[in-house]
Amino acid sequence: MRQVLVEQPGLLSLIHDQGRPGQAALGLTTGGPMDPRAAQLANQLVGNENNASLIEVSFGGLELAAEADCQVAVTGATLPLSIDGAEKPLWTTLDLSAGQRLSLGYSETGCRSYVALGGGLAVNAEFGSTSTVVREGIGGLNGDRLQPGDCLPLNAATRQERYWLPPPLRPQYHHQVTVRVIPGYQQQLFPRVERRRFFASDYQVSDRCDRMGYRLEGPAIRCSRDGILSEGIAPGAIQVPADGQPIVLLNDRQTIGGYPKLGTALSLDCAVLGQLRPGDAVTFVPISEHAAHNALHLAHVYHANQRLERAPA
Amino acid sequence: MYLDSASSPRVSAQVQALAQALRAALPTELVDLIPSYASLLVLFDPFQTDHFHVRRLVREQLATATRVEASEGRLVELPAYYHPDAGEDLLRLANERQLEWEELVSLHTDQEYRVYAIGFAPGFAYLGDVDPRIAAPRLATPRQRVPRGAVAIADRQTAIYPAPSPGGWNLIGRSPQRMFDPDSDPPMPVQVGDRVRFVAMDRDSFFAAGGSL
Repeated sequence: MRQVLVEQPGLLSLIHDQGRPGQAALGLTTGGPMDPRAAQLANQLVGNENNASLIEVSFGGLELAAEADCQVAVTGATLPLSIDGAEKPLWTTLDLSAGQRLSLGYSETGCRSYVALGGGLAVNAEFGSTSTVVREGIGGLNGDRLQPGDCLPLNAATRQERYWLPPPLRPQYHHQVTVRVIPGYQQQLFPRVERRRFFASDYQVSDRCDRMGYRLEGPAIRCSRDGILSEGIAPGAIQVPADGQPIVLLNDRQTIGGYPKLGTALSLDCAVLGQLRPGDAVTFVPISEHAAHNALHLAHVYHANQRLERAPA
Repeated sequence: MYLDSASSPRVSAQVQALAQALRAALPTELVDLIPSYASLLVLFDPFQTDHFHVRRLVREQLATATRVEASEGRLVELPAYYHPDAGEDLLRLANERQLEWEELVSLHTDQEYRVYAIGFAPGFAYLGDVDPRIAAPRLATPRQRVPRGAVAIADRQTAIYPAPSPGGWNLIGRSPQRMFDPDSDPPMPVQVGDRVRFVAMDRDSFFAAGGSL
């Protein structure tokens, strides 16, 4: 059987496809890769469809042993990568032979890495997706994070040419980012001076940042109300609980909630935020919904023109 | 979309009507719809449509949806075993209200509820409105672990915990009903807009139905 064995899962390794939208009626969150573009490129590098199941590794540390010849690509956070101890490049199709071991070190900049294997992981979808949401016990292998000794079966695939994303095109990860925010209707609940404070201040990613949301630390934002009638939460929603420390809600957010919200972070920037680590810095800038729409389409065109090239031998 | 500032069966029916209309009008463009007490969150694919189009559609459909009066809704009965052994806050709550615990239970089972929203966790259905005499604020310190099946009250809402989780609601009983089962179809016994009635069961029937304490 074509499979790889998890020798070390690192801090947090999860199986994901593109996520589970459309299931909010059951209270199921969306899941999916925190950095969808990096995940997409990993799949493309090994000839997979965009929705193929791969591994999202947070902070690095994953070690896989191949039990069959296969191809692999690692994208995302900058970290040392090796096969049987020999250093290998990120953003590149790699050949992994039966018996060889792929090791991810720990990330230096960025937080999420994507490990795609040729053919994709052969995992059963639940509610239309293989994305793992540990809190819900759904997706992946038995709804859980990867454990040492897990066997990951691969779908059939034929070896293809090796490609790479040329170095100048690779995303750069930073320790300081600016997140564009579409101010929402509930910003009216925040006095003008509080809104100013939010957009003028520097925030730090707190230790309490995970796939549900990034809690930030910085000047507290006061709201005229403690809560609102519970309502649906959009991806990227910035909610402000009673302590005034904003939380940007991400892929595994709860579907409804009752904290007042300042607005919604642009999806492109949610992916950038999800690559930050505790202690990294965030500032926010307001944009109109028109500007958001334009930014999204420009990024789409840019990505469509971003071609993989034959990897140098 | 906000349909009102407060929840009521009528607003809930309107939220449902609007959701249905949008589903029909945006068959491929919708990513998800999240109905709640008095609002509907519309998530659309920005590569298939834009906010101008969606806004116009919502406006059009809103005119029809807001004419909807409270719909009948399907009636679902949920069994529950009410006893101080099964609900840790039952006696305290009854004492605070100067009620016998049996009276508190009657007030809970006499009321017909509506499923206003589903969220927080898979299968967590927010039911309202609880009789004002037994409405109760959340605990100041949430419990680390509330068991699956716990029947609980928070403010004028009531719910059955679908899975063990931390929680700050007041526990008054236990239901053997699975509120979320990924292996059954449908995975939930209720959906938003349904009417719900709790039916008290005795200890033996509770255990016979697969309940445990």
